[in-house]
Amino acid sequence: MVDKNIFDADRETAWCPGCGNFPLRKSLAEALAGLDITPDRVAMFTGIGQAAKMPHYIRVNGFNGLHGRALPPALGFRMVNPELKVIVESGDGDTYGEGGNHILHNIRRNPDIAHFVHDNQIYGLTKGQASPTTGEEIKTEVQPYGITAAPFNPIKFAVAMGASFVARAFVGNQDHLIEMMQAAIEHEGYALVDILQPCVTFNKVNTYQWYKERSYLLDDDYDPTDYKAAVEKAEEWGDDIPLGIIYRNDARKPFRSKFDWLSDSFVKDYKEPAEYDDLMQEFA
Amino acid sequence: MDINIVVAGEAGQGLKTVDQIIGKSLHRLGFSVFSSKNYMSRIRGGHNFMQIRFGDEKVAGPVEEIDILIALNEDGVDIHQDSVKDDGVILFDGDKDLDYMQVPAKEMAKEVNPKAVNTVFLGYAWKLLGLPLDALKDVIKEKFGEGDIYDDNVKLLDAAYEKVDTTFDCELPDGDVKGLYINGNQAIAFGAATAGVQFYAAYPMTPSTSILNYLASRQDKLGIAVEQAEDEIAAINMAIGASFGGARAMTGTSGGGFSLMAEGLGLAGIMETPLVIAEVQRPGPATGLPTRTEQGDLSFVINASQGEFPLKVIAPRDQEDAFYQTFRAFNIADKYQLPVIILSDAYLADAGATIPEFKLDELKIDRNLVDENEWPEDKEYKRYELTEDGISPRAYPGQLEGEVVLLDSDEHDENGFIIEDGETRVKMVDKRNAKFEKMKREDNEEPLYIGPDKPDYMLVSFGSTYGALKEAMDRLNGNGHSIGMLSFSDIWPLPTAELEKQRSYDTKLVVVEGNSTGQLASLIQAETGLTVDHRILKYDGRPFNVDGLVRELEEEVIS
Ligand SMILES: Cc1ncc(C[n+]2csc(CCOP(=O)(O)OP(=O)(O)O)c2C)c(N)n1
Ligand code: SF4
Repeated sequence: MVDKNIFDADRETAWCPGCGNFPLRKSLAEALAGLDITPDRVAMFTGIGQAAKMPHYIRVNGFNGLHGRALPPALGFRMVNPELKVIVESGDGDTYGEGGNHILHNIRRNPDIAHFVHDNQIYGLTKGQASPTTGEEIKTEVQPYGITAAPFNPIKFAVAMGASFVARAFVGNQDHLIEMMQAAIEHEGYALVDILQPCVTFNKVNTYQWYKERSYLLDDDYDPTDYKAAVEKAEEWGDDIPLGIIYRNDARKPFRSKFDWLSDSFVKDYKEPAEYDDLMQEFA
Repeated sequence: MDINIVVAGEAGQGLKTVDQIIGKSLHRLGFSVFSSKNYMSRIRGGHNFMQIRFGDEKVAGPVEEIDILIALNEDGVDIHQDSVKDDGVILFDGDKDLDYMQVPAKEMAKEVNPKAVNTVFLGYAWKLLGLPLDALKDVIKEKFGEGDIYDDNVKLLDAAYEKVDTTFDCELPDGDVKGLYINGNQAIAFGAATAGVQFYAAYPMTPSTSILNYLASRQDKLGIAVEQAEDEIAAINMAIGASFGGARAMTGTSGGGFSLMAEGLGLAGIMETPLVIAEVQRPGPATGLPTRTEQGDLSFVINASQGEFPLKVIAPRDQEDAFYQTFRAFNIADKYQLPVIILSDAYLADAGATIPEFKLDELKIDRNLVDENEWPEDKEYKRYELTEDGISPRAYPGQLEGEVVLLDSDEHDENGFIIEDGETRVKMVDKRNAKFEKMKREDNEEPLYIGPDKPDYMLVSFGSTYGALKEAMDRLNGNGHSIGMLSFSDIWPLPTAELEKQRSYDTKLVVVEGNSTGQLASLIQAETGLTVDHRILKYDGRPFNVDGLVRELEEEVIS
């Protein structure tokens, strides 16, 4: 097994002490090490936010791009490189707010990408505004009378869209989180893991304690391939929050397989321009 | 000999097919052909027309006067009849109170194939020109294949050919026919294919869409991936991700889509990721005139995205240039690890022209990636390693065993890690600027100069106005004037040596461009301090044409 310490970036983070991003990072390193994946075999894509700083704090190939835009470059990369593991790490604002259009279409595409959403139900980096998943009981500086739109349910959304892998995990249960991460990385297709990640600074409602009291692991006899059961499970929130693989559909083919003419090493394959003569003759 | 055919009708009447068949057939017969489109933003109805101009000498732009008008509907007659020359012919199937040639197209087609109405007009026109039918038939066969459709068309062509007498009697050029008949977007798309583009993502937007169409329809043959993105933001970010992966990547759009890409453009800039973007202009702002043409985005593309970072803008002057410049854009993007914008426009996108075959043998792909076999084992890889010329060794993830590659949109250090200290910030800005200076020295082509030494007037232009302007200049010089022209293709950074030379002459600078504010003129004044004496500006959504240019220059400038 790969030593999990090789993922240490040896850098000071900009995260607050006690932030849920720390156990998340630790779990990720353990998940990768457990799968025998070395840092050079992973490409991580992020947007902007506290969560999105991950490639600076863990040693893997990294692309720290634009707010809300982690999925598109991950897809472009996936198309030209079928070999590396592609992981997207992003916040709930990044993914479901600014990036809403991209998650919608990437579920439709089903590229082979593991997507870990650090869902702290708040905008951390910009200091505590509501995110699409912020609960109705929360008030912020920008939403002084309470949030103005109904909370977005990412699990229900992804299940309804027919995503090929939809899971929820909690940083307070690291063993389970690692298990979910590994299953997502090994899943051939788009795998969304919504990770409950307390923001100790700006979200005083959804704390470790709050999640601990409410979250529970799905039973062994829960069948994630049953769409109807998944839709029902996806509705659960509040007093009982299910953790685990809520839905999976392995019948869906990964996006790149629809381009069956793509070779695995085409990044290295260049033809001489003269070899395009027959294509030029179409214009003769 | 110089003949101008106009085919006018409404959307959905198959104008494009007629235009392609006539254009290609004339090209095969050895003529120089230039065709341009004029269409409205609708799928059916409205008024559209195609111009096909051909001659035994080079024709490179549209003219106003018409030799043969093929009017597929009544509007076609009404709108264009005044432009038809005195000895010109109008072909029309209908009843009007004026001088035209009655073509019983519907009646003739009804008996053979009602869908092939246009073929009757083709037969008439072809006979008027005195050209051999075989050329037409061959092109139709290539388009529809052998079978009923082809047979019906041949039947109608032969029947129509019998009905009229030759009027124009075009003499066939002799010698072997070589060369291509291609439009601007095809040239860009084929240039990208030849340069080895491996990933193209775009969101459809007129007039850039045909680049997407071309590459998408040949992606399996080329072994590449083409994706219709959910929006332009996704398109550019996908392309940057593919470029990170080591592939040659490109996106294409028009002004509105480019506005959405602006943040991504800066991302490629600070990440130092090679990227080629085709920005095919149409009049704006916002949705503007969707199917018309303009050169109104010059200032925008060179200044797009916040902050400062190097990029290059190339505005191809014609179809041939569009091909070579697109190929070159990929090499420059790779060499300097920055975005290169191909700034074209609707007019060039759709204009078909006969040009020499591309010299594929002379082209060389230069990736400028590290060689994994030569990377020293004990050397740590740093994506943004500081070097004298600002260009860092570029590797893609997985290329160097045990090493990782980190790109960042935040300001970063040599490793790609986020920084906030002022010293590193300055180093990184200087590094990116150093690349720009190197590019200015090594890869910035001076504008093309044509004309006499020390002319009285110098026509200065960029991009697609080249062809019409050149013809206009030739005509004026034929009338005894002394006029030269400077045509920019590399437009940012602005190459200034040729312009500076003009300081020493007593030459009046006349800037000719397709926008209302004189963006090129302002750029020249800002970059060189030279004074522009005249501006010829056009912003009615139509391209410059030779006749109009001659008239305007004679009336307003040279007098
Ligand atoms: C285009 C753009 N808009 C806004 C921002 C400012 N911004 C940075 S992070 C962020 C929200 C982050 O929230 P989330 O994704 O939930 O991540 P967290 O910080 O909570 O981990 C915003 C609005 C930006 N960087 N870019
Ligand atoms: S603001 Fe919240 S999410 Fe961000 S680092 Fe601090 S605790 Fe973590």
